[in-house]
Amino acid sequence: MKIQVQSAPFNVGDETNAFTDTHKNVGAVVTFTGIVRDDDCGSLDAMEIEHYPAMTHKAISQHAQTAQDRWNLADVLVIHRYGKLVPGDVIMMVATAARHRADAFQAAEFLMDYLKSRAPFWKKEWIDGTPRWVEAKQLDEDALARWD
Amino acid sequence: MIELVYFAWVRERIGAASEPYDGSAATVRDLVNELRAREPRYDLVFSDLTSLRVAIDQELVDFDAPLTNAKEVAFFPPMTGG
Repeated sequence: MKIQVQSAPFNVGDETNAFTDTHKNVGAVVTFTGIVRDDDCGSLDAMEIEHYPAMTHKAISQHAQTAQDRWNLADVLVIHRYGKLVPGDVIMMVATAARHRADAFQAAEFLMDYLKSRAPFWKKEWIDGTPRWVEAKQLDEDALARWD
Repeated sequence: MIELVYFAWVRERIGAASEPYDGSAATVRDLVNELRAREPRYDLVFSDLTSLRVAIDQELVDFDAPLTNAKEVAFFPPMTGG
């Protein structure tokens, strides 16, 4: 399991290749990449991500462990950035490795649903120079609830 | 002594990232009520607890959780990661 919380950019391809190369006995690697999306009008200047340093790594590790207990996984990788990002920047990635794809897909989706609403990150959007905290969505809560 | 820490708009509206608490509140809810009585900025931030989350020593808890042995209590809005 590798969990990284960092402000620096990272290369999704390099990380995916390194993660895949570590596991010779898996049949499936699933990756998800989260990217800063511009709003419809193209007016998003930046997105600032705040986190709770003392809690973030620990909380993500606990949930990665839950995923490993629940599905038959060989490994889990989570990289999540914080700080100021602009549209098109990679925010985060999740990768799961398993013998079979169903485990890899489901665990990746579970981890994403968790990261959306339980990992201690908060997004602030800057639109036309004005800051606004992104509000949590009920949709994301519902997505998480289906794993109960 | 408990360290209170705040994130996102909670931090901005209270005007501090952290502060020490030296009182005798037994639960998070008691602590919140004490803060609300202290100053209007706290009263405003804690007026709707359904829009807030709380963690004791980096573990999410509910507002009725006891503060026994707590070292750090964090208040923040629902998370928006991913």
